[in-house]
Amino acid sequence: MNGSRLRPLVTAGLALGSGFLVLAVGLTVAGYDPGLALGALWRGAFGSWYALTSATLVRAVPLIVLGLGVALAFRAGALNIGAEGQFYAGAIAATWVGLHVAGWPTPLAIGSVLLSAAVAGVLWIAVPVFLKIRFGVLEVISTLLLNFVAEAAVSYAVTGPLQEARGVYPQSDAIAEVARLPVLGGTRLHIGIVLAIVLALVLRVVFVRTRIGFRLRAVGLGPRAARVSGRIPVTRVLAAALLWSGAFAGLGGGVEISGVSYALFQNLSPGYGFTAIAVALLARLNPVGVLATGLLFGALEAGAQGMQREAGVPAVAVSVVEAVIILVVLLADVLARRRVAAPIADAPADARAS
Amino acid sequence: MSESTVILTGFLAAAVRISTPLLLAATGEMINERAGVINLGVEGAMLAGALASAVGAAAGGPWAGVGLAILAGVAVAGLFSMVAILARADQIITGTAVTLASVGLTGTIYRRAFGAAGPGLSLPTLGSIPIPGLKDIPVLGPALFDQPSLTYIAWLLVPLAWWFLFRSWWGLALRATGESGDAARASGVPVRRVQTLATLAGGALSGLAGATLVLAQVGTFAEKMTAGRGFIAIAIVVLGRWHPAGVLVAALLFGGASALQFALQAMGLAVPYQLFLVMPYGLALLALAGAVGKARAPAGLGK
Repeated sequence: MNGSRLRPLVTAGLALGSGFLVLAVGLTVAGYDPGLALGALWRGAFGSWYALTSATLVRAVPLIVLGLGVALAFRAGALNIGAEGQFYAGAIAATWVGLHVAGWPTPLAIGSVLLSAAVAGVLWIAVPVFLKIRFGVLEVISTLLLNFVAEAAVSYAVTGPLQEARGVYPQSDAIAEVARLPVLGGTRLHIGIVLAIVLALVLRVVFVRTRIGFRLRAVGLGPRAARVSGRIPVTRVLAAALLWSGAFAGLGGGVEISGVSYALFQNLSPGYGFTAIAVALLARLNPVGVLATGLLFGALEAGAQGMQREAGVPAVAVSVVEAVIILVVLLADVLARRRVAAPIADAPADARAS
Repeated sequence: MSESTVILTGFLAAAVRISTPLLLAATGEMINERAGVINLGVEGAMLAGALASAVGAAAGGPWAGVGLAILAGVAVAGLFSMVAILARADQIITGTAVTLASVGLTGTIYRRAFGAAGPGLSLPTLGSIPIPGLKDIPVLGPALFDQPSLTYIAWLLVPLAWWFLFRSWWGLALRATGESGDAARASGVPVRRVQTLATLAGGALSGLAGATLVLAQVGTFAEKMTAGRGFIAIAIVVLGRWHPAGVLVAALLFGGASALQFALQAMGLAVPYQLFLVMPYGLALLALAGAVGKARAPAGLGK
């Protein structure tokens, strides 16, 4: 194994180590017992078969699916910060369809639920794509703003058209049995984990072996050069990358409804769409890497719940770990770039050219 | 006074009050964007400022809260500066991470300091300071001359920012940095220092914006209470075409969109409240679509 293959692993280890160091120091300063808290975090994530399958892996599924979507867009240099909103769009559509498929054959019911979720994700991101192409609006800001609109839409749905039949609680009824994903006996782990792995492998083939993958990377590394070369339809590649990214995120929302919650409610996602950015970056936008980092962050989210239960540390504290990981990866990238070519480092991959 | 005049007067006063934190944060973000730095950590700085103001106010009164909020905003912007300006990492992703860190930190500290359930924290707040005589002007009086001190400060910052950006040497250096870092550096401007200082100033104003939210509007802190106002401030900068007066008008527009909620309720219109929640975000998208083509961003923004 040569140095360039090893470096992502070193960076990941460094980032992870820094994240936990900051957490441990922070917990100590705040007056918690860091040993107890970190132990609880470990037990919450890996302490038992149930913790591994029903806490860690169940959370890893949406993180992997959304992380793949984010990686897809970032590869083309399109910064989709709106996976959270697309997830919710998918979840709303999946719930609506899931409530109407009683009596259908199972494969058709599940297929309709997941497909409608992916389509909803595409429609949700179509707005930023249109604004970017037609008016040059930065997709960073437009996708971000739509997250808040999506959350309001969920709030409206669960108190209005999709509210449960008695009209008491702000949530939907449970979707039809036939629309639910099969579950591994004795756990909450559903078949979505297989779907996530398959998607990652497919995306890996697309990235490495096909012309689409080459185009994505060319546009991501320098849209101007790609445009000047005349061989690559830059706008179309960007639009396609974003729309597919939305499809993944929407699908993630559908899988969550169909595999885990069976119903729609507010705060269905504990910020999966934002964590997915860390998942994708830490994996260096590599789909197989996303499997690993998705699992890691799933463990972190699961462990955070354990930490809150056992040690009284607010689960939201792990957001700090995630942020530190992103920052360390960014810094490691900068250092690597400087070592490779000092003068050219002044022109980083032109991610925000609109 | 007729009923419609009462509603209009109330609407304008609410619009100005609601727009104040947006105006402060957007003025700050405008300054660092003029220096070529786009900071998505505004949201995080604002959130940190909001919590710091609550902690400070609980301990030492509202003005201690204001001071602590400014420090918190500067600290968050300082973290951003270290990664995005000194190390030159991607500004967008750095800003996102910084905001994420703020969400985690403020949530943790808040629960640690004020209890997990977050009981309604009641804080000493900044009341409005009516200006004798002027506040009695019909319709506009209460909107412009019966506001908390932080609103007056926000409005005074508008001409001040204009003077600084367009009439002072430092403003010239700052704008040159934003247009072309290389050219500015060649003519002797310390580019990194200018960008860092501009970002810290932006952070200070974002922190102040958070304090305004807590001490002059809501009167308490809640997790994620900024609810994307920092991102809306970024949209306001674009809509205001990177000009202090434009930013003021754009901020008022957003304040107005939010205030419409109360006005329409007062008129007895029954619309789902979520529609009002999304109005500022929808407006921001429309504004960006309409504004981007015509206005020109600083050429070196984000580089």
